Amino acid sequence: MTATYEKIATTTLGSSQASIDFTSISGSYTDLVIIGSIKTATLTNPACYVRFNNDTGSNYSVTSLYGNGSSAGSTKFNSQTFIRYNYVTDPNTTNFAPVIMNINNYSNATTYKTALTKFGLASIGLDYTVGLWRSTSAINRVTFTLESATNFASGCIFTIYGIKAE
Amino acid sequence: MPILGIIASSRLTAAPTSYESISTVTVGSGGAANIEFTSIPATYSHLQIRGIVKSNDTADDRQPVKAIFNSDTGNNFSRHLLFGNGSSATYDDGTSTTSRLGASVISNFGSYANMFTAYIIDILDYADTNKYTTVKVLGGFNTNDATASNFSQIALGSFAWLNTAAITSIQLQPFNNNFVQYSQFALYGIKGS
Repeated sequence: MTATYEKIATTTLGSSQASIDFTSISGSYTDLVIIGSIKTATLTNPACYVRFNNDTGSNYSVTSLYGNGSSAGSTKFNSQTFIRYNYVTDPNTTNFAPVIMNINNYSNATTYKTALTKFGLASIGLDYTVGLWRSTSAINRVTFTLESATNFASGCIFTIYGIKAE
Repeated sequence: MPILGIIASSRLTAAPTSYESISTVTVGSGGAANIEFTSIPATYSHLQIRGIVKSNDTADDRQPVKAIFNSDTGNNFSRHLLFGNGSSATYDDGTSTTSRLGASVISNFGSYANMFTAYIIDILDYADTNKYTTVKVLGGFNTNDATASNFSQIALGSFAWLNTAAITSIQLQPFNNNFVQYSQFALYGIKGS
């Protein structure tokens, strides 16, 4: 048995930033897990966008299952230029929205990449999503941004982990 | 747009010892009727199975992965499931059933080359012989297909295997036909105290 689930990198924002960008991600793992705490600097409840390998083409799609305290539902967005996540946070609160993103088999060069993500904030809502990136390229970069070019607030923390199957 | 410039290889830390890779099965070019883990040691507190799978079924009848613990093919599972298909949220439950692990497996029905269903399966207290074993599943697929709402799915599942035996083997199989090449499940063990 081999110990795995290694921390690759962590970033903590000391001031507001437009993006959180993990670059030069090693291809030596099987899965990636990204755990973060998100808060927006200025705009109430913007969506969060994720891109892989800085691909700005319409190669992303996402299906979500959500609950907001009064109803449950499901939405999907096809042929997007990013994977979209809802329920980020309200800048007027001290609550940060937790996010856990799992990217299974991110490093192979034979399949499109699928991300399973849990996103939400207790005071706003919960969002489970499956996102697809229609590329067989190994993922070497993951970039988070916010809707309407909103900044991430100071104090946001993101950590990326690698899991190696043997 | 500021780039934080995180270089992965420069920040590696020591691997935690509580999460270990036990075994991995990747399906070869001939396909496989199932993926099986045997002789699972009882030295962990929990198990996690992660992977991507697809079946070679050509019918429009996408079905979830079926799990068989310790070769028990009886109707000894109960379940609750929550689904989203892009247009509505639905639920399912059942008692005295076989295990249907939530999210459907993408099949060869339709033009979905290179697309697979992703699964994360948590099996809690799998070696505890004093209680039934509970399982939590997160799975899903998206095909970028706008023509039908059932061509994408995100699923959450909670299951109980109504047996107090420690789990020593797990077989995962598509309900119909075989897993295709590049399907993969990896088994991990998570240590407790």
